[in-house]
Amino acid sequence: MTTKEPIGRFRFMNEQRVNLDGFATPAPELGLVAFNGPNDPAPSLVITSGRITEMDGRNESDFDSIDAFIAYHGIDLEVALEAMAIESLDFARRLVDPNFSRLDIVRLASGMTPAKLAEVLSLLNAAELVIAMTKMRARRTPSNQAHVTNRSDDPLLLAADAATAAAFGFRELETTVPVAADAPSNAVAVSIGAAVGSPGVLVQCSVEEAAELALGMRGLVSYAETVSLYGTEQIFIDGDDTPWSKAFLTSAYASRGIKMRVTSGGGSEALMGGAEQCSMFYLEARCVSLARAIGSQGVQNGGIDSAAVAGAVPGGVRSLMAENVMVMLRNLEACTGNDALMSESDVRRTSRTHPIFIGGSDFINSGFGSIQRYDNMFGPSQWNSEDIDDFLAMQRDWGVDGGLRTADEEEVARLRRRATDAVTAVYSWLGLGDFNQTWADEAVDAAGSKDITAGDLMLPLTAARTIIDTNVTMLDVITALAENGFDLEAQRCLDMLKARVAGDYLQTSAIFDENMNVLSLVTDPNIYSGPGTGYQPTPERQHQIDTIRQQRSVADLLSEQQSFVTKNISVTGTAEISYDPRDVVIGVSPATGKDIWVTLSGLSVADAIGELMAGLEEEGCVGRIVRINDTLDLGMIGLTAARLSGSGVSVGLQAKGTALIHRRDLAPLANLELYSVAPTITRELYRMMGINAGRHAKGATPEPVRNPYSDEAIEARYHTKVVSLVAIERTCVNSQGPQTLAIT
Amino acid sequence: MAGTQKGFSGKDVSEVTVEAIRRGDITLDDVRIHPKTLAHQADVAKANGNPQLAANFLRAAELTSLSDEMVLGYYDALRPGRSTAQDLLEIAGTLESHGAVRNAELFRQAADVYARRGLTAK
Repeated sequence: MTTKEPIGRFRFMNEQRVNLDGFATPAPELGLVAFNGPNDPAPSLVITSGRITEMDGRNESDFDSIDAFIAYHGIDLEVALEAMAIESLDFARRLVDPNFSRLDIVRLASGMTPAKLAEVLSLLNAAELVIAMTKMRARRTPSNQAHVTNRSDDPLLLAADAATAAAFGFRELETTVPVAADAPSNAVAVSIGAAVGSPGVLVQCSVEEAAELALGMRGLVSYAETVSLYGTEQIFIDGDDTPWSKAFLTSAYASRGIKMRVTSGGGSEALMGGAEQCSMFYLEARCVSLARAIGSQGVQNGGIDSAAVAGAVPGGVRSLMAENVMVMLRNLEACTGNDALMSESDVRRTSRTHPIFIGGSDFINSGFGSIQRYDNMFGPSQWNSEDIDDFLAMQRDWGVDGGLRTADEEEVARLRRRATDAVTAVYSWLGLGDFNQTWADEAVDAAGSKDITAGDLMLPLTAARTIIDTNVTMLDVITALAENGFDLEAQRCLDMLKARVAGDYLQTSAIFDENMNVLSLVTDPNIYSGPGTGYQPTPERQHQIDTIRQQRSVADLLSEQQSFVTKNISVTGTAEISYDPRDVVIGVSPATGKDIWVTLSGLSVADAIGELMAGLEEEGCVGRIVRINDTLDLGMIGLTAARLSGSGVSVGLQAKGTALIHRRDLAPLANLELYSVAPTITRELYRMMGINAGRHAKGATPEPVRNPYSDEAIEARYHTKVVSLVAIERTCVNSQGPQTLAIT
Repeated sequence: MAGTQKGFSGKDVSEVTVEAIRRGDITLDDVRIHPKTLAHQADVAKANGNPQLAANFLRAAELTSLSDEMVLGYYDALRPGRSTAQDLLEIAGTLESHGAVRNAELFRQAADVYARRGLTAK
């Protein structure tokens, strides 16, 4: 076969970032199929003498360890027969029908087998999944989780970034390590940074299961998440666990009063070569059923590390969201993925997240990369630090609470300084290591670890070893904070320890608000029953969502305009009609020389007029500056000016920069030449318009000026300003006749 | 949970202050959950439609009296290929003698399923 170069249209399309993504032809035999794999069983359940003897087509003698655990622990036998008898389509419709309550749906779902739940949820389309998520999530108030990591496990940067993430509103922070042995140091640094940023922020350090539990037992982290479940027995075993060991681990966390959730996600079995010809979604249904069976309060799923595998097959992205809804159906906390980056395309990654963002979940991201992509030791996330402003704007656009808030720059700078000060003091007090001032200064200012030159890469490892060897616990950290004047942070760390004694945050979907109130399925249940019900942001929270730091008011714009007053524009008299054939009037808008001083291109109005005057002079004409006070319409400004003009030709200029050439015999809305896109008009172009106006005055037909072409979102950038500038012009309109102006 | 809250040690949580920690008067057992609190949380979980979460809290309540090392050791014993069925049954017996009957049951179940599915130590 000869290869030939594709045609230009396809060469161009091939270059787009989406074509860096892998797309797989469905291969059900490899598990590369979202729904309905060849080995997915039909739902079935047989109960004999109060015991499940057949589940999803498999006899109990053939149960693998996952089936067995679910059958022994995971199905509510009292409702099972009722639930299994409901037609799947009927039940699917209940998920979007406000007349069926969440409580009744979760009651019935607890009697359904994995295959039944998979069948039900495969019947929902994308829009229905959004409604189902809105209705079925456990906690009413949505929230979000951040990754806080860096390449060098730099404790100062970890603490500064943890404080920053807390300031932006994240209520859970997940750290991990490039160097496994550094984990205790990371846990301490992130816990301190979180306490600097806000009360009640939960912290985890994702490492090997037993090591993670040990950190929790010392009080150095406040929750755990990386407790992985898989949908086939072989892959489960490859992960060095069984359903029984995971169940025991789950109880072990609870026995120390530590919140935990498990992790699963469609595509992981296919990725590890053990899907047993089942669909990703069915295998995930087994994981979610097992999560409930072992007594986990919640699940992190939606692909997670294998999200790109699901994303590669038809319907895969929909299946990721359906996984999340399935968790909610099982009455568990849903930490809804949008974690590992599943596409090189900004469009695709936004598309993958957006329905969940709108529906709202317990944690929209099970790891928003709050740090630089290169610093994310989980790998780049679906959303990263460069996307924080996008996310905040999206919240504002849709009036949606995605868990984030705008953080003030000065406040973040203060928090970062305090976080590095606190870590410096604690590490020194506990003999974990000493930091120098340059390092601290760099960490405060750093956008990422590449901005830090003064770090000591061995310090985290030494600190971590000392934490283990000298048995440092959170009590020691609290002492060190208090001894060094960090009373507020000491109290916040203590409050997290005391929360373990109460145990209320062990309940489903628990987070703390900033007053240390537990928000959970129990204290803040989601009761959605159609429009006007369910979660509504408080007025205070709505204000946070609506008020992003980039927004500007007319008053802001007015004071900005005043800062551009460099030349004096003054009235010299009443403008009269001229009979000089060289006379060309430059008609300017009412706010010129009053409230508007700079055009949208950044050129001052005086300079724009100066260029027009110079262009006229080049053509041997004489420009006359006249303010037209009674209209802000550019056509009327131009026409009025043309009627005063001895040559009958004029230039009309709005103070924001829009300009045209007019002639007295034309209709008001007609013109000879027009610059309509003010932000793109340069000094040279105003000169060119002046020259052309002069040529028109002399009766010539010059080549028209042209608007410079731009493919940027000019309107997005300037339209809000235009609205304000036009409003300012309107306040300057009066019935005074035209006035001649002088610029000095 | 209404009323005063006691840590695993029996110390009232209101006595756990930064100042007390500074004085060295507080141990981790003072900020560990009490089995009775877990039993209460089990009731809450059950009332909120999750009997499995309740069962987990009751198993957890039994584990509160075991040391961190024992808990980590038992977890390891349940990982695949670590224990024979007999080992698991022996642990079940030990757990039962500590009053950890629910966890003992979990180990017995594991012994049975592991033997059938080839998950025991070879």
